[in-house]
Amino acid sequence: MPEKTMVEAIRDAMDEELARDENVFIVGEDVGQRGGVFRATVGLFEKYGADRVIDSPLAELSIVGVGIGAALYGMKPICEIQFADFIYPAFNQIVSEASKMTYRSNGTWTVPMVIRAPYGGGIGGGLYHSQSVEAFFTHIPGLKVVIPSSPYDAKGLLKSAVRDPNPVIFLEPKKGYRLIKSEVPDEEYVVPIGPARVSRSGEDLTIFAYGMMHYYALQAAEQLEQEGYSAEVVDLRTLYPVDRNTILKSVKKTGKALIVHEDNLTGGYGAEIAAIIAEHGFNDLDAPVRRLAGPDVPAVPFSHPMQEWFMVNPEKIFKSALELARY
Amino acid sequence: MDLSSELKKDMYWMMLLSRRLDERAWVLHRQGKIAFHISGIGHEAAQVGAAFALKRGYDWVTPYYRDLALMVSLGLTSEEFMLSLMGKAGEPGSGSRQMPSHFGLRRVNAVSHSAPVATQAVHAAGIGLAIKIKKEKKVVLTTFGEGSTSQGEWYEAVNWAAVHHLPVIFLVQNNQYAISVPPEMQMAVKSSADKACGLGLPGQMIDGTDVFLVYEIISGLVDAARNGNGPALVEAKMYRITPHSSDDDDRTYRSREEVEENKKFDPLLITQKRLMDEGIYSEKDLEDLDKKAKQMVTDAVKIAEDAPYPAAEEAAYPVYAEEVLNA
Repeated sequence: MPEKTMVEAIRDAMDEELARDENVFIVGEDVGQRGGVFRATVGLFEKYGADRVIDSPLAELSIVGVGIGAALYGMKPICEIQFADFIYPAFNQIVSEASKMTYRSNGTWTVPMVIRAPYGGGIGGGLYHSQSVEAFFTHIPGLKVVIPSSPYDAKGLLKSAVRDPNPVIFLEPKKGYRLIKSEVPDEEYVVPIGPARVSRSGEDLTIFAYGMMHYYALQAAEQLEQEGYSAEVVDLRTLYPVDRNTILKSVKKTGKALIVHEDNLTGGYGAEIAAIIAEHGFNDLDAPVRRLAGPDVPAVPFSHPMQEWFMVNPEKIFKSALELARY
Repeated sequence: MDLSSELKKDMYWMMLLSRRLDERAWVLHRQGKIAFHISGIGHEAAQVGAAFALKRGYDWVTPYYRDLALMVSLGLTSEEFMLSLMGKAGEPGSGSRQMPSHFGLRRVNAVSHSAPVATQAVHAAGIGLAIKIKKEKKVVLTTFGEGSTSQGEWYEAVNWAAVHHLPVIFLVQNNQYAISVPPEMQMAVKSSADKACGLGLPGQMIDGTDVFLVYEIISGLVDAARNGNGPALVEAKMYRITPHSSDDDDRTYRSREEVEENKKFDPLLITQKRLMDEGIYSEKDLEDLDKKAKQMVTDAVKIAEDAPYPAAEEAAYPVYAEEVLNA
C-alpha cells in the first residue's frame, strides 16, 4: 500500500470525486494554474479544465456564497478558503445562509457543499495564518465540521464530505500536510462522517484530540507508556455532530479524560466535550476532567519563542496527561 | 416592442392582485390578526415587468422581502401568502418557519432568502455560474433595494457575474428609502447603474412605475444573457408608498405631503390609466377586476384563518438534508 502525505491524500480525494461526479467543482483563490498555495489542487486544473477548477476573485465571502448558489442549482462545490484565518468574511454566508437553508426552507432547498480550509499554527504563520476556527462552526446546527488527523482519514472523510448532502466545514491541519504520512489504499474507500475513532487503546486515561493535536497525543501516549501509564487516544474526527457514544464509552473504561486542542481554551471545542462527560459520564470519572488548550491570547504570535509558548506540543500533552494519570 | 393586449391584461392582473393582497395584510395587522407585514406597495410595476420577462418556472430567481408581486407573478397563490402571514401549516416556502415575506418557492425556482440584505445576490452569481458550467440556456434574476447596493456582498456578486460573464440580471428596486435612509446617504453616484458600469457590466436606470417599459427592457437583457452576452443591471426607480414594515413609523423621517405627492406615481393607477387610454379596459372592466381580486383575497384569508398551525414539534426539523431525503 503506498504511503502518502496528508496533502497528497486530500488531492487524491478531490481528483477522484471530480472524476466520479461531473457536478463536483473546485473554487477558490489560486486553486487553478497555481494548484493552490499548499499544492492541494495541483494538476487538477490541467486535468479537468477551467470550468471545474475555478480561480475566484480574491474575496472569500463570494467563494462561499457563489458555492451556495451553485449547490442550490444541483452542483457539488468544493470551496477552498486559502487559510482558515480568512474565513470570517464568509461567516455570514456560512452561518446565515448555508447552515440554515434546509431548515428555513422546510427542506425544499438544500446546500450540498464542502468548505475546505487549512487551519492551525506552529508553522511560522503568525496571527493570520495560524488560527483554529472550529469552535465558531461547531456551534451551528445545519453544518457538519470535520477535522482529519491522518492521510487515510483525510482522503476518506473528504470523499464523504463531497458526497454529503449538507454544508461540511472541512478543516485541514496544515502543519500536518507534509509531516503526517500514512498508508493510503489506491482502492476506492470512504470514511463516514460521524464516528470518532479510538486510535490507541489504553486503560488509565483517555486523551481526546483531533487534527494536529491528535498526532501529538499519540506521541505523548508513547511517552506515557514508558512511565508505566496506558493512555487511550480518541480521534474525534467529526466535531459536529459529535460522537457522544465513543467519548462516553472510553471515559467509562478509563475513568479519566484529557481534552486537547490548540484553539484558545475559553469557549473552545473542548468545553463541549467536558460538558458531555460531566453531564453523562460523571459517575464514571475518577478525576476531574482536564483541558489542555491554546492560551487565551488573540492568536499565535510570529516570533519563534512566542509561537512555541502558544502551541500545544507532545511534551505539554505528556506532562498534563501524567498529572492526570497520577491523580 | 408591441405588447399584445392579452399580455398587458395579464400583467395588470398580477399587479392588481398583489396590491389587494398587500393592502389586506395591512388591514389584518391593524385587526391584530397578523404580527408582521412588510409591504411592496409601489413596487408592483417593476416586479411584474421583470417576472414576465423571464420564462417563469424555467429561469431562476433569488428574490428579497419586498417581492410580493414578483412572487405572485411567478405562481405564489393568494392562499399561500395568507398562510405565511398567519404562520400557518402548509406554507410552502418554509413551513412557516420564516417571517412573512421571506420568500422561497421551490416549484418555480425561487430560492429561499434570509433577512440580512444582498446575501441572495451572491447566490444568484453562483446559480449563474452553475448555468454556465452546465451550458444551459437559463437566466437568473436577483432583486434587492438600493440600500443593498452598499453591501460588500452586492459588490462581490456583481463582480463575479461580470468577471465570469454569467447570465444574471440584477434588478435594483430604488424606492428612495432604506427604512429611513435616502439614496444620497447610500451612494455618492446618482444611481446604482453607475456602480455597474464601474464593475464592468451594462447598467441603466429606468422608470420603475411603467410595467410595460420594465418588461421590454428586462426582456431584452434576459434574451442577451440567455444567449451568452453576460449580466446586466437595471435600477428601477419608484417610491415606497408605505412604511418599511408594520413595525415602522415613517412619520419620523418623511412628511405626509411628500408621501401624498408621490402617490401620483402609484404604478397601479398609472397602469389603469394606460389600459383605459389604449381602450383595453373600460372603467367598468377595471371595477369588475377589482371586485374579483378582492374576493380572491377574502377567500384566501378565510382559508388561512381556518388552516391549522404547524405542530410545535415540527420546529425540531429539518436541520440536515438527510431528514428530508429519508423522510
